[in-house]
Amino acid sequence: MKKTILGLVLAAATATATAVAGMAHAAETHVTIGVSVPAADHGWTAGVVYHAERVAKLLMAEHPGLKIIVKTSPNATSQANVLEDLTTEGINALVILPTDPDPLVNAIKAVKAQHIFVTLVDRAPSDNDQSVRDLYVAGNNRALGSVAGEYVKTHTPDAKVVVIRGLPIPIDQVRQDGFNAAITGSNVKVLGREYGNWSRDDAFNVMQDFLSKFPKIDVVWCQDDDMAVGVQQAIKQAKRTDIKYIIGGAGSSEMIKKVMGGDKMIPVDVLYPPAMIGTAMILTVANFYDQVPVRGSYTMDATLVTKQNATGYYFPDSPY
Amino acid sequence: MTDKNALLAGGGGAMAGRSWKEVDLRAVAPFVALALLLVFGAATSANFLSTENLLNVLARSAFTAIIAVGATFVISAGGLDLSVGSMVAFVASLMILFMNTAIIANPVLMLTAGIAFALVIGALCGLANGLIITGGRIEPFIATLGTMGIFRGLTTWLSQGGAINLKSSTIEDIYRPAYFGTVLGVPVPIMIIVITAIVGAFLLHRTAYGRHVAAIGSNPDVARYSGVSISRVRTLTYVIQGVCVAIAVLLYVPRLGSTSATTGLMWELQAITAVVVGGTALRGGVGRIWGTICGAFILEVVSNIMVLSNIASEYLIGAIQGAIIIIAMLVQRSLIRKS
Repeated sequence: MKKTILGLVLAAATATATAVAGMAHAAETHVTIGVSVPAADHGWTAGVVYHAERVAKLLMAEHPGLKIIVKTSPNATSQANVLEDLTTEGINALVILPTDPDPLVNAIKAVKAQHIFVTLVDRAPSDNDQSVRDLYVAGNNRALGSVAGEYVKTHTPDAKVVVIRGLPIPIDQVRQDGFNAAITGSNVKVLGREYGNWSRDDAFNVMQDFLSKFPKIDVVWCQDDDMAVGVQQAIKQAKRTDIKYIIGGAGSSEMIKKVMGGDKMIPVDVLYPPAMIGTAMILTVANFYDQVPVRGSYTMDATLVTKQNATGYYFPDSPY
Repeated sequence: MTDKNALLAGGGGAMAGRSWKEVDLRAVAPFVALALLLVFGAATSANFLSTENLLNVLARSAFTAIIAVGATFVISAGGLDLSVGSMVAFVASLMILFMNTAIIANPVLMLTAGIAFALVIGALCGLANGLIITGGRIEPFIATLGTMGIFRGLTTWLSQGGAINLKSSTIEDIYRPAYFGTVLGVPVPIMIIVITAIVGAFLLHRTAYGRHVAAIGSNPDVARYSGVSISRVRTLTYVIQGVCVAIAVLLYVPRLGSTSATTGLMWELQAITAVVVGGTALRGGVGRIWGTICGAFILEVVSNIMVLSNIASEYLIGAIQGAIIIIAMLVQRSLIRKS
């Protein structure tokens, strides 16, 4: 008997809730989107937070009924809590860049089970399919390597290159594979590869050692704009003039500015933009307001930033 | 029997000679390890012994070496400071932000003020560590683990996770020689290492304060009964550590003109390793400043050899570095045992 009453109450409550939701939907204005990103603990994630907040403002100005909540989390556990809180607050869509995708898979699936539209950004779990997310927006690590490799091959066909790697993790390996594939069969020669740990200081040290070791270097590929800062200082100190240019990567405001200004040592940059969080948010909003199909995978190009197109990627206020 | 006689005699000529020999070997051991490494480096790479390379390596060991001079005081007194790496990032960020305010129009005066500012902040950070440990009676490991998080967190907050860059290119140009300049052919950072070490060695080995540091490190109770103020001496070791961190910052800022999220990351382990490799006991009581400097050189030389030579693929470098440090310690031990 008690169970039946409870059941009736629940049914009534659900019906009311659905009706309210239906009315809201009918008006087609009120959409709440939760954006969950890692805390700004290094340059790139700082850029992610900056762009999430920037694009949230733009979108809310454009759509009066739209509410976007941006939350940052330092680790997977606290991000799982954020997901629960957002679900309780009642969101129509979740845009998430996971701190660590695999431990968060179940938490994301739980959100999706509530019929919430899920957009996953960049870091994908091992099984990245429709059961986890509706839309997947990501950068392209392999292309980050191959675009740099193609540039070196085209502009300096006989270049002797030193490579400064990041940390020994899969992303870094994929970038190396892309670069290697691009220069295979060409006259470009890799003199040495060392880890610079995506750190300005370590890259400075490694570059000093490369300069002592190799009397002639044409190109430095360090696949990261932070490391490019250290590399530049090491070259400046050694007063070496044999190095033609440095290729970094990601698209920090510091390096894009140099490309814009026509710095001979930084002629180009390869994008792995933190602004991709904004792309994901705009596509997610389009799903609710513009009646366009957005479900699927969206992989960005690793765009080559040159003096001609650099202004489009320059954010002077960004911390990264 | 002869030993006993010597003891009873209260330190005759023979006894003094023997203890001198012992001290010498212990102090010399790290330098023997460094010499062996230099031979190894010369054998594996043709460029290793070039003046340019050696000066580069010595210059960039300045950060670890100078911080480790402070750590020698802390560790000799039986303490530990895990916060130094984060403190470098924190002090450097504040120093750059202070100079970016440009409240003084003259760039030279602004830079001078920035340098004084960094030294004061460094000393205050060290004082905070010392007071938390002595006043709060908290284990140094935990207290400085806490401040390590605080300094790092505040730095990330100040930079919003990104980098903090020195804005004025005039100041950058004036300041640049502090890392890249030379005096009589010797890079400035190397001079600063030597000066810091001379002052540190004088303080630790030639003053009453230095003897108190070693005394509370080897036996705090005895030191207390002898009328040594343990809290004061111990707190001061952390202040010295803070000032050493600030001196390292003064060399760090002109190098890249910026700080980022990776500034000072894991430098606390580098500093502690340099101290221990240099012959200072981790349990306290004995401090060797010149050994510490040698330890810092050893660490930097090892990573330099790894990049210059073609011994191993980049994947194995960590393993080989670890092995070399252990071998260097074993060489030292065997020398000491032979004495």
